[in-house]
Amino acid sequence: MQDRSFGFATRAIHAGAPPDPTTGSRALPIYQTAAFVFGTTEQAAELFQLRSYGHIYSRISNPTVAAFEERMASLEGGLGGIAFSSGLAAQLCTVLALAQAGDHIVSSQNIYGGTVTQFSITIRRMGIETSFAPVDDFAAIEAAIRPNTKLLFAETIGNPSGTLADLAGLAKLAHKHGIPLVVDNTFASPYLCRPIERGADIVVHSATKFISGHGTTMGGIMVESGRFDFANGKFPLLSEPSPGYHNKVFTETFGEYAFLMRARAEVLRDVGAQMSPMDAWILMLGLETLPLRMEAHVRNAKAIAAYLESRPEVEWVRPPEMGSIFTFGIRGGREAGRRFIDSLELWSHLANVGDAKSLVIHPASTTHSQLNDDEMRKAGVAPEAVRLSVGLEDVDDLTWDLGNALEASQRGALAESAR
Amino acid sequence: MILQTPAQRRDLLERSKTVAVVGASNNPMRPSYTVFSYLRTQHHFGIAAINPTIAEIDGVPAYPSLTAYAQANGAPDIVDVFRKPSEVTALVQEAIAVGAKAIWFQYGVINEEAIALADKAGLDVVVDRCMKVESARFNGGLSMTGLNSGIITSRRSETHA
Repeated sequence: MQDRSFGFATRAIHAGAPPDPTTGSRALPIYQTAAFVFGTTEQAAELFQLRSYGHIYSRISNPTVAAFEERMASLEGGLGGIAFSSGLAAQLCTVLALAQAGDHIVSSQNIYGGTVTQFSITIRRMGIETSFAPVDDFAAIEAAIRPNTKLLFAETIGNPSGTLADLAGLAKLAHKHGIPLVVDNTFASPYLCRPIERGADIVVHSATKFISGHGTTMGGIMVESGRFDFANGKFPLLSEPSPGYHNKVFTETFGEYAFLMRARAEVLRDVGAQMSPMDAWILMLGLETLPLRMEAHVRNAKAIAAYLESRPEVEWVRPPEMGSIFTFGIRGGREAGRRFIDSLELWSHLANVGDAKSLVIHPASTTHSQLNDDEMRKAGVAPEAVRLSVGLEDVDDLTWDLGNALEASQRGALAESAR
Repeated sequence: MILQTPAQRRDLLERSKTVAVVGASNNPMRPSYTVFSYLRTQHHFGIAAINPTIAEIDGVPAYPSLTAYAQANGAPDIVDVFRKPSEVTALVQEAIAVGAKAIWFQYGVINEEAIALADKAGLDVVVDRCMKVESARFNGGLSMTGLNSGIITSRRSETHA
């Protein structure tokens, strides 16, 4: 073994996946098994007491899933990772790892509608309250932090507004109050932004998006830096004896690994939102081409944004400051927007992003439709906004389709009768 | 020499045969017990506890001091240290006296004077690392748990569990 800091593309292909030690298989094997045979009763006891490393049951850990977790930890520059069945599961379990009934969290309001409802409705019913504030209004964020606040949450690139979060500033603010910064890095992917390098403590993703890259697989991942001091007195779930684990004090037994060990051994174990080995394998395949795909996504998105800005039917464009997902508004408002989407041939109308295929959606009537008008306005969703996730097709073909649909959007009733 | 890199730590673990764990506890809730137990059950090391307050841990005899251990077994390859930072300078002097080849300071056991002393005497020194974690980094243990081992290789492992 020689010492070397390998580059991002090398790690996207190799991290977490050395040749299989048993068979020599160079591709990552799919360990499609529910449970793992113990060597001896002593070894089994060591595993259950968290004193040695190994697999027990695939709800808690699995070799194929672990390979994905390690690769994501490497790409995000974290200490380790835990995979989940979806991005929302990763988020929920992150909250549950830090907060319990009677606690409070603070979140950016410029975020995905599904996250707003998870925070404002579902975890509220579990006794955890959320305050929302504009991601760029540090005074409002700081004013929302209470003595029982356990984390600050933001998206690197807000969905769908495209608002970029000042992660270094947010981390400083969170740390001043003794709480970790949790960042949803889904829209950027670790290729474009690594929040831990900017001071964040925990990163979550919907792996369904750019990590999969092909719109095939549901998945989530949480990566933790190992740098935050969870023994600072604000996190009794980690720093006081755990009745869920032989009264173990996680911060004492595991040091910098305390958060990851407890999130897996207690939260993942008890919530049961684990990733399947088959899905982890597909996501690993996706990660191998992440750098190539992100370069092409960004290049195509810039070209599409410039094209839209040149079109008379387009009222406004919010070109992406980072990534390949952005919004624009069509002349004629909601009705013209509907005709535009219904006239597209190549762009897929669906609720997802980060696919190799180009995708389109009207957030106000879909992804953010559970929000009331006030929440929608706060999330930065204009009623006429159309969201694009620019894929990897030929730009000429994408603009040909957009051009035809933009013309159709302005034809009104004429277009309706022609279809 | 102060060992700074993963390859240096891996070499140390691979060439060492005996480890004396100073401050090992027989209380299963203590980190020093967890590390002792892991090194005893998962590794090839000849291992012993150095702790004057106990007789044995899981059937492995404990010695009251490093000197007592060395009289019975010869010099240990590695002295693994779970002690307060303020108490380790005397321990380093004892480790040098018995001829230990390396000294490993666990998480938080940081004492610059003791580190310099051991380094100057020619011992290999590891600081603020856990011997269990580093062992697991190289034998595949960390990777099994989704932890970032930093290992990138296309060679088939012989040490992999």
